This record gives sequence, structure tokens and C-alpha cells, in this order.
Amino acid sequence: MQRVKHNPLNLALAHLALIIYTIIALFPVLIIIINSFKTRKAIFRDPLALPNSETFSLIGYETVLKQGDYFGYFQNSFIVTVGSLFFILLFGAMAAFALSEYRFKGNTLMGLYLALGIMIPIRLGTVAILQFMVATGLVNTLTALILVYTASGLPIAIFILSEFMRQVSADLKDAGRIDGLSEYRIFFQLVLPLVRPALATVAVFNMIPIWNDLWFPLILANSEETKTLTLGSQVFIGQFVTDWNAVLSGLSMAILPVMILYIIFSKQLIRGITSGAVK
Amino acid sequence: MTTETRPKRRWQILVFLAPAVLVYTALMILPLFGTLKLALYENVNEQQVFVGFKNFATLFGDPNWSEAFWRGLKNNTWFFIIHMLVQNPIGVAIAAMLSVPALRFKAFYRTAIFIPTIMSFVIVGFAWKLILSPLWGIAPGLLDAVGLKHLFQPWLGKEEYALTTIALISVWQYVGIPMMLIYAALLSIPDEVLEAGEIDGITGMKAFWKIKLPLILPSIGIISILTFVGNFNAFDLVYTIEGAMAAPNFSTEVMGTLMFRTFFGHQTQPGDPNMGSAIAMMMFLVILAGVTIYLFFIQTRMRRYQF
Repeated sequence: MQRVKHNPLNLALAHLALIIYTIIALFPVLIIIINSFKTRKAIFRDPLALPNSETFSLIGYETVLKQGDYFGYFQNSFIVTVGSLFFILLFGAMAAFALSEYRFKGNTLMGLYLALGIMIPIRLGTVAILQFMVATGLVNTLTALILVYTASGLPIAIFILSEFMRQVSADLKDAGRIDGLSEYRIFFQLVLPLVRPALATVAVFNMIPIWNDLWFPLILANSEETKTLTLGSQVFIGQFVTDWNAVLSGLSMAILPVMILYIIFSKQLIRGITSGAVK
Repeated sequence: MTTETRPKRRWQILVFLAPAVLVYTALMILPLFGTLKLALYENVNEQQVFVGFKNFATLFGDPNWSEAFWRGLKNNTWFFIIHMLVQNPIGVAIAAMLSVPALRFKAFYRTAIFIPTIMSFVIVGFAWKLILSPLWGIAPGLLDAVGLKHLFQPWLGKEEYALTTIALISVWQYVGIPMMLIYAALLSIPDEVLEAGEIDGITGMKAFWKIKLPLILPSIGIISILTFVGNFNAFDLVYTIEGAMAAPNFSTEVMGTLMFRTFFGHQTQPGDPNMGSAIAMMMFLVILAGVTIYLFFIQTRMRRYQF
């Protein structure tokens, strides 16, 4: 297919604009990471310089590792994120299957009821959620966080997944039924594998907000044992306002796991977003 | 279409629906009603007493409360305006440049520009606090390099600049979202439509304004409503940068920080869950009003094209 030739000048301008914006996007992150490896003197004398043999120092990281339980925080964040995603996908897919596969009284109404949550920010129920968690003894447990994130992720998950499940061929499911498969096996063995791309989309959409949330860890699980990495770095960095080495190292260590996750999942994430969730 | 549902399949529906409906009802719907109920009660000698709309009357009648509430609402609105004027146009512009077929290194730009979006408010807040700090001197140093040092101010510490600065930091963080969604929408425009335009001599910028922009309007609408809901729920960034007191002198107060402070208390003032719930209900009504206006007045008037 022959396209109209693009003006090379326009392309160069586009590159220039994009490079400038990329620098704006990355500069603050790079400046934090670079300076976390320098001595206190060098941080202030020449903040833009890379560390060299003279100015290189790991003193900030030593302080951070001695003080905060970073690995514990990381583990908590990991358990909460993976646990919530698991239940969002499992419960969401099950409900989406029920709504898209069976005709029953109140089907549309149930769909609307579940979709309502897309518009309601779950934070507005915080007060009552806290009372619920106190009453059930779940305060300061990771279970509380997993429950809350599952509830808040379900509406959009059900919405997206039922759209995809309507596209799964009815012949295939009927063939399964004729072969004597139970409805459960049809769901788990025939339908779920076919909607894997949609499951990935839902997972990546939910992953970042859950990992980064500060509100619910702050309110529901702020004990030392249940702190997530986001809350842990908030509290920890706040204690070291004047120790610039420790603050910069603490920030870099909080950036690191997210960056690694992003690099691993970035293809999946971008494909998820661009695969037409919004049309 | 599915075959007739036979009676023996009925149980499955319940089993499939139950977990999602239970968790969702227990932790989203009931708490919302719980908040509404709390907002209608008052704590008298450790007893919850029904007082009707008294908390709302206090919120709007007592100058101490109403001033704080209107200031929060006004700041949320300003936050939203900045996002609409800065974040979304930049996002659309970047997406438009990325969608030029002849452009190289697309994946690199896309990945790099999305990086701030994946980071938590905590990291973003502290990072910018350090960079804008007059102590460290990165911001004044950079301004000095382009000969604009006299423009430097401790932006986050000045009442007149703090909120706008925080809004711009939030814009910096979230440009990735409109960029990705618009990019996806631009990719889904069929080549035939663009080729038809080319035959009529509509190319380049003109093609963007005349063909692509009208086609991606629904996506811009969705982004606007996402921005609206997100901005009227803002809390984290303000809390990380300026604390629960929305320093300096409450100038960065949003409804979220007011609700947080009211509910949990701060320094000398004890927490008041009932007033906190009243504020939460007002936030809910504001968001609901915004979403309703969008759904009934804007979305229904938007022309949709099908390919």
C-alpha cells in the first residue's frame, strides 16, 4: 500500500517534540536514581553529574536496609496484588459467564447492578468498610486489603469479560454439552482459555492501581507487619526528611520493583490497553 | 444463541454469580449505604442518634465547615480544569505524533512516556518535592542554565502556586493514560477512511483536524469522564506532598483531604466519622452529577461512526 509521502521536516519536528517530552518524563526519575549513588557532598555540589569513583557512595542504601523492612513490605505488596488479581479474575469471569451465557429472570438488572460500581469510587465507603473490618476482626490483615481491591476491581472486570464471552462460539459450548461436560467444565476448560487475552487486559488494568494504592493500606492495614511497599516508603521516607542519602535511596528502592514489573509486563500492558478496551 | 436453558442448569447460575455478588455487595454497595446512614446520625454521649440532615446543615450552614468544603470543591474544580487543559491536549498531541506510520522508535517513546504513570503517588510526590526544593537547587539550577533564574519560586510552599504546581505534577504523572487510549483509538481508524481523504487531498495536519479528531471524540469523552472521577477523588498526591493539613495554609485542600482529616481527626481536633460521612456523601453526589451530565447530555449527543 503506497502512502502519501510524509514531509521529512514534519517527521523531524515530531521526533524533536517526542524527545523533549521523553526527557521531561524521565528526568525526575533519573535524577533521583543517579543521586542515590552519590555522597552527600556530591548530591548538593553537582546534582546533575553521574557518580564517579570519588563521589560514589552506598551510604543511603545502608541506612535504608538497616531501618525499614523493605523486603517484608515488598512481600506484602506482592501478596496483596497477586491475591486481589486472582480473585478479581476468578470471580469476575464466573459472574461474566453467568451473565453472558444464561438467560434468567433479572439478568439485565444484575448486569446493571454490578456495573454500577464502575462509577462509584470505593473510597467513599471507607468509613463503613473500616467498621466492617473492625467488626470482623480483619483490621491490619492483608485479607482486608485483598477483599477491598477485589470488590473494587470486579465491576469493570465483569463488564469487559462479559463482552468477550459473548463472542465465544455457542457451537463449541453446545458440542461440549453433547459430550457430557458439566457447565463448570465448560467454563473452566473451554471458555476460560479462549478469553485469556481479555483476562490479561483486566489484570494489567488493575495491577498498577492496587500496587500503588496508599489510601486503604493507610487506613485498614498500617501495622508494621502488614505495610505495603507504597505505605512503607511513605512512612519511611517521611522519617528521613533531612537525610538526603537515605531519602534518595529509599525512593530508588521503591522505584526499582515497579520498573522491573513494568519492563516484564510492558508488552502485555500496552497490548492490553491498545487492544480496543475503549472504542 | 444458547440453547433453551433447562431447569437442571439453574444451580450453576447461582454458583457462578454468588462470589462476585457477595464480595461486591458487602464491600461496595453496603458501605456506601453505611456512609449515607452515618451521615444522618450524630454521636451523643457515645450513642449514635438519628439527626436527619443536621450534619449537612452544619456542613453548609456553619462558616467553619462551609468555607472548608467550598474551598475543597473549588480546588478540585481547578485541579480538573488544569488536567483538561494541559494533560489531555498533550496526551492527544503525543498520540497523534506516535500514530504517524513513518515515525520510527515508537515503542521507545511510548514506553518511556508511560513510565511516570506506573509509579506510585508516594514516589512521584517525594521526587518532585526534592527537585523543586530550594535546598537542593535542581530547579533553580536548570532555570539558571536557560537564564530564567529570577523566575524560580519555592512553588510548593507558596499559597498562590502550590495547588497549580501539584496539579501539574499530576499531569506529568498521568499524561500516559490519554496518550495510550487516544493512540489505540487512532490505530483503530480504518486505512480506507484515511486513504479516501488522501485522494481528496486531505493530508497531514488537515487530516488530523478534519478526519481523525471527529472520529476519536468518543474516546476523548471517556478520557474526560475518567479524568473527572479521578480528579474529584484526588487525595494521595496532596497528602504525600503537603500532608493531611493541605499546606500551605490549606491552600491545597481538596475534598479528599477534608474528608480524611474530618474522619480521622488531626492534631487537636478529634475525628468525627459522622461529619466525615456527610462530606463523603457530598463527594459522591458531585461525582454522580458529573457522570450523569456526561451520560445524558454529552454522550447522547456525540455522533458515533461505525465502520
